[in-house]
Amino acid sequence: MAAEDLNTVFSHQQSNLVQLAELSDDLFSSLGEKVFRPLDKLPQLNTPTILLVSTEEALLQQLVDKMLREDCASQLLVHLAKSLPLPSNVTRPRIDLIVFAVSLHSKHSLQNVQESLRQVDTSFFLGRVCFLAIGAGQENHCSVHHQTILKLARTYQSPLLFTDLKTEGFLVAMAQPLVRMLQICAGHTPGVSTLSLLPLQSSESPFLKDL
Amino acid sequence: MDETVAEFIKRIILKIPMTEMMTILKTWDFLSEHQLQTINFRQRKEALMHNLVLFCEEKCASLNDAASLDIIYTQVFRHQKLWDVFKMSKKTGRDPDPFDEDHFKRSFMKVLRRALQNVTVSFRDGEENAMWIRIAWGTHNTKPNQYKATYMVYYPQTPYVFISFSRLKRNLPLLSQVFETHNSTSPLQERSLWLNTNMDLRIIHENQLEKERVLKVTQETFGDYPQPRLEFAQYQLETKFKSNFGTSILADREEPLRCLIKFSSPHLMEALKSLAPAGIADAPLSPLLTCIPNKGMNYFKIRDK
Repeated sequence: MAAEDLNTVFSHQQSNLVQLAELSDDLFSSLGEKVFRPLDKLPQLNTPTILLVSTEEALLQQLVDKMLREDCASQLLVHLAKSLPLPSNVTRPRIDLIVFAVSLHSKHSLQNVQESLRQVDTSFFLGRVCFLAIGAGQENHCSVHHQTILKLARTYQSPLLFTDLKTEGFLVAMAQPLVRMLQICAGHTPGVSTLSLLPLQSSESPFLKDL
Repeated sequence: MDETVAEFIKRIILKIPMTEMMTILKTWDFLSEHQLQTINFRQRKEALMHNLVLFCEEKCASLNDAASLDIIYTQVFRHQKLWDVFKMSKKTGRDPDPFDEDHFKRSFMKVLRRALQNVTVSFRDGEENAMWIRIAWGTHNTKPNQYKATYMVYYPQTPYVFISFSRLKRNLPLLSQVFETHNSTSPLQERSLWLNTNMDLRIIHENQLEKERVLKVTQETFGDYPQPRLEFAQYQLETKFKSNFGTSILADREEPLRCLIKFSSPHLMEALKSLAPAGIADAPLSPLLTCIPNKGMNYFKIRDK
């Protein structure tokens, strides 16, 4: 991609994010609650931290085990939460990547993620958030349409990964990119920043059609 | 002898007041009788310290020996530290296994080492069957910091453990997986089975307390024994519409609304019991659902009073 194209990409992102920021600022000022910000803590040495938010914690446990077994020079820390906001009276390290996992079999799971998203500061969405949609393969169990989740990911300008956490192959195939993404978000991959992850989004974004 | 070990021993000795010096050295049982006899307690502290370090060098003191001395110092001067108490709750229905000290020590090291390679862990027995554990924390890249160690005192026959917290806040997330410090003004907390060797300290469950509350409420409501086998429950509603929005067509309606809800399942009561732990429903469940075994009915007609 030429430099000018990159500029168009980023300015487009910026304008979308400004709209998103205005929307969420209204929400935040009305709620008056503490907002989850990405860079308000100093990072710890060599510990990239990932936060997985989902009602389906049992399903995610296997994915987490696979991620921790990945060969990685850094020492990973994983936080599992059902929803945001997190209990505020525990000290925790800086979160580098948030993964919102929605089970397509459960509307409650989607609703939970939608409410949790409001607790996250907009600057997180510059590459530090990722969506995971679980169970698209079993069509007859799906109560959330895949378009809904696609739209959600597009609204929040973040990558969306589809997976089925039941089979071994899928688990491994999901663990590796997540660990690499986490390393990038924690700044452990030289030369690659979180903004480089922006092209991972849904390919139906309008600006990519022009290229 | 390593320079860091020498420095560490020096600092410990400097902390010990002269009155306790002999007692502590004897308890340590590292220097030989001959060496102990040749100590001159009338000399100045620095000179005494140099002599002692020379003796330690003669005997090739290791980091573990130094850590041992540190534990002894802490045991004697335990009042200098602030301790938090934690209480563990064992799973019900299990007899306490006879405490196997070696197994405990091995499991403890294993769990800690899995998360952090650079830790120094030392054990020492105390009075009244207490087990004192000293942990010096390091990170992936740095060696353990011996000067800011955490001490734990565990009484194996009881569910209590005392922990002294050092200033190294970053280790709290790791230890908090084991003992969650929620509120420092009320340190007595209930925690589920302390050492589960399958536990990975790198995974932190944020909603642990809530999950345990839900489990506790579910257990209080449904008990531990298998539920009676039931295949369906039916609720017939005949109530008037209640609205907070003032008048509307439905709110003005005189007749009660009729509605039928039927729950069916291969094992209904077990399904209801698993609703809250699975996160699908809030705990406690509605009494309309939980009263089924008590009342012995599964057909309900609900009317306005």
